[in-house]
Amino acid sequence: MSTSATPSPDKQLTPKERMRIPRQKMPEQDPRQRTTNFNEVNLGLTEEMAIEEAQRCLQCAKPLCIDGCPVIIKIPEFIELIVQGDFIGAAAKIKEDSSLPAVCGRVCPQENQCEATCVVGNRFSPVAIGNLERFVADYEREHDMIQVPERAAVTGKKVAVIGSGPAGLACATDMAIYGHDVTIFEALHEYGGVLAYGIPEFRLPKKVLSVEIENLKKLGVKFVKNYLIGKTRTLDELLNEDGFEAAFIGTGAGLPWFLNLPGENLNGVYSANEFLTRVNLMKAYIFPEADTPVQIAKTAVVIGGGNTAMDSVRTAKRLGAKRAIIVYRRSEEEMPARIEEVHHAKEEGIEFQLLQAPIKYLDDGNGWLKGIECIKMELGEPDDSGRRRPVPIEGSEFFIEADFAVVAIGNGSNPLLARTTPGLDINKWGNIITASETGATSKPGVFAGGDIVSGGATVILAMGDGRKAAAAMDEYLKSKAKVASDE
Amino acid sequence: MFEIASADFIAPDVKRFRIIAPAVAKKHQAGQFVILRVHDLGERIPITIAESDPDSGEITIIVQGIGRTTKDLNRKTSGDQIPDLVGPLGQPTHIENWGKAVIVSGGVGTAEALPIARAMKAAGNEVISIIGARTKSLVIAEELMKDLCDEVIVTTDDGSYGIKGLVIEPLRPMLESSSPPRLILAVGPLPMMKAVAELTRPYNIKTMVSLNTIMIDGTGMCGGCRATVDGKTVFVCVDGPEFDGHKVDFGELQQRIGQFKNQERQSLDQFLRSCRAEKSVEG
Ligand SMILES: Cc1cc2nc3c(=O)[nH]c(=O)nc-3n(C[C@H](O)[C@H](O)[C@H](O)COP(=O)(O)OP(=O)(O)OC[C@H]3O[C@@H](n4cnc5c(N)ncnc54)[C@H](O)[C@@H]3O)c2cc1C
Ligand SMILES: Cc1cc2nc3c(=O)[nH]c(=O)nc-3n(C[C@H](O)[C@H](O)[C@H](O)COP(=O)(O)OP(=O)(O)OC[C@H]3O[C@@H](n4cnc5c(N)ncnc54)[C@H](O)[C@@H]3O)c2cc1C
Ligand code: SF4
Ligand code: SF4
Ligand code: FES
Repeated sequence: MSTSATPSPDKQLTPKERMRIPRQKMPEQDPRQRTTNFNEVNLGLTEEMAIEEAQRCLQCAKPLCIDGCPVIIKIPEFIELIVQGDFIGAAAKIKEDSSLPAVCGRVCPQENQCEATCVVGNRFSPVAIGNLERFVADYEREHDMIQVPERAAVTGKKVAVIGSGPAGLACATDMAIYGHDVTIFEALHEYGGVLAYGIPEFRLPKKVLSVEIENLKKLGVKFVKNYLIGKTRTLDELLNEDGFEAAFIGTGAGLPWFLNLPGENLNGVYSANEFLTRVNLMKAYIFPEADTPVQIAKTAVVIGGGNTAMDSVRTAKRLGAKRAIIVYRRSEEEMPARIEEVHHAKEEGIEFQLLQAPIKYLDDGNGWLKGIECIKMELGEPDDSGRRRPVPIEGSEFFIEADFAVVAIGNGSNPLLARTTPGLDINKWGNIITASETGATSKPGVFAGGDIVSGGATVILAMGDGRKAAAAMDEYLKSKAKVASDE
Repeated sequence: MFEIASADFIAPDVKRFRIIAPAVAKKHQAGQFVILRVHDLGERIPITIAESDPDSGEITIIVQGIGRTTKDLNRKTSGDQIPDLVGPLGQPTHIENWGKAVIVSGGVGTAEALPIARAMKAAGNEVISIIGARTKSLVIAEELMKDLCDEVIVTTDDGSYGIKGLVIEPLRPMLESSSPPRLILAVGPLPMMKAVAELTRPYNIKTMVSLNTIMIDGTGMCGGCRATVDGKTVFVCVDGPEFDGHKVDFGELQQRIGQFKNQERQSLDQFLRSCRAEKSVEG
């Protein structure tokens, strides 16, 4: 580590000196070693590295980085506290705006958000805001110094939060701080939504998540698992019979899309949700110690180019696949996955077959996948998403031998809750329609946010929605109380 | 945690549990199931709700011990806890007055068919139950069915009880009769349901089958439970479990439920070894 550019902390650095400090490289597990385990790939900055990295921040008067952060974290302020060595203070500063910094510091697509707009990035690598965020959150947790936020006076108002993904957790945190009596209902046997069942241990250790859940419990939030709203109880029953005065829906985009190609139901073809749920939530990677099995592939093909595809292909590799291949119909430039994940995948020996699309899964004669027929693509005119549309090249069909395939092309919204909730308006994709400023739905007292509203998006956007809705819900409850007292 | 109020073996390897699950009991309708886990590293498995009592808050399930999880569950007794249980899941059976309905069930399917028989009867149907089993000791819930149905016919593969042969033997003449049933509902092993569907197809009698695919979440999130019905992919846990038997791709289903055979055997062997080790320590 080069410290030559760093004089003693009391001496002010000039902007030039600051920019000359190289971006601290995140220490990580060796690629050869990490493909044999599920431990976290990124090991975290040391204290010295964090301070050094923090010195790179110019403390801009008009910090553009903040414009890139969906929840408007006071980035230069928390970074300055790191420079001063006040890591706990820095964590507290972040927590004024985000309740899951240890998560976001790990999984935010920073390169498209806060770091994309950081001015240092104009000429050099941007300040590693995400790594710093992760560092202070980890420091706080590892030193057992996580502060439970203070709560306002108890209001006695019961609020239901449906779904324990980042949207629900963020909403619950704020509602509890406002003094309300919050209950989170979760369908599965663990809390966290995609953070628990989707994003793998090697990117987001479950320990990080469970500590956050414990803290929410300390804040007084009640958690009810194994409780599927729409089946175990309907939303209307919560509101009309169980005494909940408002509800937040954060049920996520949990309906896996398939390509509807011939042979997609062959053995060995999984949705990414199924594959990742088996491995993460059900811990199939320690089978038979855990009861849920998963197949070990010789050649795994993962179809898609997003974070879900990267997580799936790297998971297949770790389970022992000899070859693990991404098949994506556009080029690398259009891939929605985080750059870091693509980079890590490449280091781990993942093969990328770009500008190719599957057209058919082939049967080995016994109902098992033996390979995928694909076709080559070229990029045509831009489509609605602004990305160039992939067009099949006629006659370019070819065959990939594979005994395992994962379809990771995205998720739609799960219709279960909307179907059982009359008066809840959804759009043609099944997403709940909300007022963008408040998250209010068509049903009085019911708010929604996260992937169920936006379709598959990001953790931080889901959290932002949860917080926004909490503020509006708090207002709603206050005005309701006022109407009641005026009457 | 869900407490087991009572647990009794009702046939070899088949155990009936009453479990305290008030929210589930209150909502349960015929044809629905729960998903449960037996321990912290356990698998999620679907089990049909055989009975529910909203007043006492209890549900009844009947479990056949065939693999790691069901055998483990069947070691539990009254007072023990089930850590995770969610439900009621799936679409309820479509109940209407068909006039005459035949419910064909095999093995523990008979337990699963009980609430359906009850609801069909309550809707005014003449309900005939055909129960199939390999051998006499495996015939379950016959008395309960007798209380609910107009007629109960038992078949055993080995002829040790009732009619010798498969469930389709007594069904065939019913289809030929002057007043054939208007609905057949089959619940049990896949080959049995397939045979029933094949038998009724030429008669064009509505035949519903209850599909037992491998499930994980049971909420429509993973797609692991998918099957092909009428040429389209369905998610059995949310769209089913009951479908038109004449439209189900049974071949694909049969292959899909065997997907983890090797791992299941490995898991069961390890479990049985650990049970034996436990016993030898105790003994
Ligand atoms: C594999 C994968 C990798 C990803 N990687 C990244 C990444 O690196 N960075 C990033 O920013 N984003 C990533 N994302 C996207 C991100 O995880 C989601 O945008 C985010 O989790 C959405 O949060 P949410 O709270 O809206 O919903 P979810 O996280 O989906 O949580 C919804 C919860 O609600 C529960 N639920 C659903 N219906 C009901 C009901 N009726 N009753 C009770 N509970 C119910 C579900 O079980 C679930 O626990 C990834 C997604 C996946 C699938
Ligand atoms: C809707 C539905 C209702 C059911 N109701 C009952 C019931 O009332 N009583 C009863 O005894 N059984 C019932 N079953 C079957 C029961 O779920 C399986 O016997 C059980 O999952 C087997 O698990 P195991 O670990 O003991 O055996 P394993 O050795 O793991 O599996 C044995 C066989 O059971 C099936 N199976 C395995 N894992 C699963 C899974 N996660 N989900 C579904 N099937 C699986 C497979 O076909 C497998 O080959 C039902 C299944 C479904 C889908
Ligand atoms: S929450 Fe995400 S976008 Fe905001 S500062 Fe942190 S890493 Fe950047
Ligand atoms: S834009 Fe970059 S340099 Fe400026 S305050 Fe933000 S992080 Fe610091
Ligand atoms: S069990 Fe996962 S979708 Fe049906």
